[in-house]
Amino acid sequence: MSAESRWGKWRRTEAASGLLMISPPAVYAILMLAAPLGTILLYSFLTDGYLEIIRDFTMANYVEAWTNELYRSVMIRSLGVSMTVTLVTVLLAFPIAYFVSFYVEPSKKSLWLFLITIPFWTSYLIRVFLWKVILGYNGVVNSSLIGLGVISEPLDFILYNVNSVVITLAHAYAPFAILPIFVALEKIDRALLEAGQDLGESKFMTFLRVTLPLAMPGVIASVLIVFIPTIGDYVTPQLVGGPEGRMVANLIQLQYLKLDNYPLGSAIAVSAMGIVTLVSLIFLALNSRYLKGPKG
Amino acid sequence: MKGGWFKVYAIGYLVFLYAPIIILPMFAFNDATVIAFPLTGFSTRWFSEMLEQPALSIAVKNSLFIAVTSSVLATTLGVFAARASTRYKFPMKGGLMGLIMLPLVLPEIIVAVSLLVVLLGLGINLSLWTVILGHVLICTPFTIAILSSAFQSLDQSLEEAAYDLGESAMSTFRLIILPLVMPGIISSLLISFTISLDEFIIAFFLAGTEPTLPVFIFSQFRFPQAVPVIMALGTVLVCMSIILLTIAEYFRRRGIAKSGGKDTGGFL
Repeated sequence: MSAESRWGKWRRTEAASGLLMISPPAVYAILMLAAPLGTILLYSFLTDGYLEIIRDFTMANYVEAWTNELYRSVMIRSLGVSMTVTLVTVLLAFPIAYFVSFYVEPSKKSLWLFLITIPFWTSYLIRVFLWKVILGYNGVVNSSLIGLGVISEPLDFILYNVNSVVITLAHAYAPFAILPIFVALEKIDRALLEAGQDLGESKFMTFLRVTLPLAMPGVIASVLIVFIPTIGDYVTPQLVGGPEGRMVANLIQLQYLKLDNYPLGSAIAVSAMGIVTLVSLIFLALNSRYLKGPKG
Repeated sequence: MKGGWFKVYAIGYLVFLYAPIIILPMFAFNDATVIAFPLTGFSTRWFSEMLEQPALSIAVKNSLFIAVTSSVLATTLGVFAARASTRYKFPMKGGLMGLIMLPLVLPEIIVAVSLLVVLLGLGINLSLWTVILGHVLICTPFTIAILSSAFQSLDQSLEEAAYDLGESAMSTFRLIILPLVMPGIISSLLISFTISLDEFIIAFFLAGTEPTLPVFIFSQFRFPQAVPVIMALGTVLVCMSIILLTIAEYFRRRGIAKSGGKDTGGFL
């Protein structure tokens, strides 16, 4: 009786209403995301039989994933490509976000953001394929450079290698990098910048000492939102990467769908996620001073 | 000129962003089978060939079914999550919301393989429904991002007024909250639809023998003679997504104006 009324009372609290409200999406995410992620973690420690998974606990998959020369080189390359893409994308994105936030009239900001996001919503596969057309042997870049007389032979280092993967991914993730920086810049109180200049700082120094530190949370968000998914991109390395541009997602797909080795595939997937998480945490720790609120 | 060099850079950047989309129709209407410059002549034959492919129409039907179902389910889940996160304080809020939003940053291949392993382990046959399971998962965070801003700009006193006037929680939601967030819901349906329609990796792993549109497109890239038709298809898709996005943007802005909020920028 008393337990029931206590339950009845709890039911009407804000915490209970909130938990009840969140439960459909939360249960879905637990069943369809948390449990499956737990399962690949478990699989990565099991042994691969010919047709079934043998329930023997082993570290062999991880030993294989980390010592096999092929897997290790693909992993290192993926990490390198991801970092380069992140650096290029965020550096190219910052001036755009700055321009839209500081120079575009408020009424036109939405239009600019809309223009920036449209290409992102058009077929990813076709966009990647078109980069192949642009960068290819008879592609747009080569034929225009030859037409202009800049080169006499088509450049062959821009397709089917790491460069083309970087260019294509930098294109694909551009809006992801621009939007968080834009949001952070929008939040900056413009009076602070005037104050900086009133106190005798140059425009450039005000930017370095006021704008940039205040925009850092946005920069950090865009670094993570570009870095984490790019390492697992499958389509771009598959279509424009060529043999020397293969990345970890291609390796995972190979293990799962072609070689049917789920435990090794899982170990590679878990290792890749582990590395990404570690790099992200180190990055966050290095920048932690920008993420804290104003000093009290 | 305001912004000077920044404006020049911004326009250059837009050219980089739009380069593939500008080149796409050039090849779709080009008369040659080989996708290379120089262009040879105007032709609409790739569009008529596109309409004659039975495999393509099956793939389109599959994709439309998946996209409609996923967007409805994801938006429903998104309404619950957005309402919970903007209106209530409750234990484990950060953790639960973090888990629900995780697919936003998680590589899609990880979502795909982990679902594949579980579904095969449970003996569930791969079908269009297994793709829907994955698509709902990756669309939900986007719907929450859109719906949260709709719910956030909601004035709580309107809701309290309805209670004071004797409405129940259910009827308040139906009569007051739902109409106010309706533009957000429409915009979230359209965005999820677009994401699902374009999603490749999860469909590639989980569709079994029934191809979706992106899986069909990917399989066609292996045959050089099939590529011009794909360029025509791509042109149609780009036009459709621009139309859908314009409608979504219109509703998003109207929603913000309706509930009295300030426009802070695009979706995402």
